[in-house]
Amino acid sequence: MELLLKPWPWYVSGPLIAIVLLLLVYFGKSFGMSSNLRTFCTLAGAGKYASFFSFDWRTQRWNLILVLGTVIGGFLASHFLTDGTPIALNPQTVEDLEQLHFMDAGGELMPPELYAWDAVASLKGISILIIAGFLVGFGTRYAGGCTSGHAITGLSNLQLPSLIAVIGFFIGGLIMTHFILPILF
Amino acid sequence: MKLMKFLLVGIFFGIVLVKSEAVSWYRIFEMFKFQSFHMYGIIGSAVVLGMLGLFLLRKSGLKNITGDPISLASKEKGVTRYLVGGTIFGLGWALAGACPGPMYILVGTGLFTIVIVILAAMLGTFAYGLLRNKLPH
Repeated sequence: MELLLKPWPWYVSGPLIAIVLLLLVYFGKSFGMSSNLRTFCTLAGAGKYASFFSFDWRTQRWNLILVLGTVIGGFLASHFLTDGTPIALNPQTVEDLEQLHFMDAGGELMPPELYAWDAVASLKGISILIIAGFLVGFGTRYAGGCTSGHAITGLSNLQLPSLIAVIGFFIGGLIMTHFILPILF
Repeated sequence: MKLMKFLLVGIFFGIVLVKSEAVSWYRIFEMFKFQSFHMYGIIGSAVVLGMLGLFLLRKSGLKNITGDPISLASKEKGVTRYLVGGTIFGLGWALAGACPGPMYILVGTGLFTIVIVILAAMLGTFAYGLLRNKLPH
């Protein structure tokens, strides 16, 4: 039980994610979380504006149910399966973050400097979250997938396009982390 | 009832991503700083075992739940959309510290401000849908 409550090491978590991928393949589906954003747009009536959203959302019902499950899973894990152990970040990472004025790195899952209500209440704070979300939504659909669709499923299925997409993920992530975050914070 | 299994897979996935800390902004930052093996270990072992699992599933000739052979659609060929779209996604990923799976999981953990990111991601997806025919793919 104690092991269950502690953070799980990569060699436990990674294989469990592979099981998710394989289960979905066995169920005749392809693991891809970002597709749901398109489905949400369709449900919100986006089909009136672009044919890209004119599809039968019911074919994605399984994926919407999966999203609901992930929310429940997040609730269960954070309320019943944790002992509050801080994230064991590299001390160098913690130091680098202090330089960017991120204090208490690893104390919570997400930095209050970005996600606390008072951070969001500032123009800068809310702009950052909106721009970040927009880039994720635009980029993932342009690339035809995100971490689950390309990095996990596509690479496992030896897809060259997925490798190119993952290289793109890293180009973008490295630019943001090394050059843009130091300007923003 | 047919959909129940997807709910269970989702719950399982949500728990794994929280317990692995892969839903944490800090872990994403650390990964892009190359300061920990943690995220590389998670993704790397998932891919290696996924590869092995897919290979064995296909080789075994096992049918999927609907009675069809095990198969996964190939991605369309191309470079531009994957490289440019991927880079745009990466910029957002490292800024928000969450990708399209963790976004929902984080709502479950009680981080309600992430809903702003989800709504903005819908807006980004909508913008792509509008511009799709004008973008190089």
